[in-house]
Amino acid sequence: MDFKTEHKNYQGRDWLVVAVGGELDLSAAGPFKDKLKTALAKSRSRCLMLDFSRVSFIDSSGLGVLMGRYRELALNGGRIVIRHANDQVYRLLTASGLDRLIEVEPPVGGHFAKEERE
Amino acid sequence: MKDTIHSKRPVAVPNVVKLEFFSRSENVSLARLAAAAMAAERQISMAELDELKVAVSEAVSNAIIHGYQGKEDGLITMTLISSAQRLSISVHDDGVGIEDVEQAMKANFSSSGERMGLGFAFMQAFTDGVEVTSYPGAGATVVLHKDFL
Repeated sequence: MDFKTEHKNYQGRDWLVVAVGGELDLSAAGPFKDKLKTALAKSRSRCLMLDFSRVSFIDSSGLGVLMGRYRELALNGGRIVIRHANDQVYRLLTASGLDRLIEVEPPVGGHFAKEERE
Repeated sequence: MKDTIHSKRPVAVPNVVKLEFFSRSENVSLARLAAAAMAAERQISMAELDELKVAVSEAVSNAIIHGYQGKEDGLITMTLISSAQRLSISVHDDGVGIEDVEQAMKANFSSSGERMGLGFAFMQAFTDGVEVTSYPGAGATVVLHKDFL
């Protein structure tokens, strides 16, 4: 599983941007969770943006990691946004109802895509 | 349909593939690949193929997490039977079994940590039928059916 972090400014706020790659299944869930927790602990930002451009697959194990971070971060006033999810990942985020808790940018368009173009 | 993989040939005689592997998390992707390879021989869209992969992933993950409770040397037997109108994928473990199958199959029921309890919900949503057989202490068998009309 690939995992790269950087900070970006969106909407006047500092975002921890994490680019993830690979298949987010049971095998990746542990490392994905640990790396996210470490990156969030090091960062002062409470806004997490997950770039899923290179995530090829997700199942309930991967969704569980996202749910766990939502509970820790979003409930303390933070935000989580997922961008560039492929069709399979997007369908599971919506089928699970996670898109009602975490902002999932649609495959085309979205607020952040608009801000990047401007 | 542009995302349809065309059927290569009709399946006159059922084809059977049997795999045995340890209950290690890295084997979940192997199970997905085997199911996808067998399903791709049939008339199936990319979206359906993705859904079948999720269902298989959930069945094998359940065997590892709940059946063998994380123990990495439990044996999982996966049997794929491809007949004229149906692909059936059986995932069997010899783990602790499921106390209450009906309860376990309800969404958002999960007995351990950071999980959403969506495994069986996805299996049911993404296949044409799920059968679960289990006796406490005597393992579990989950059979996923995908119909081809």
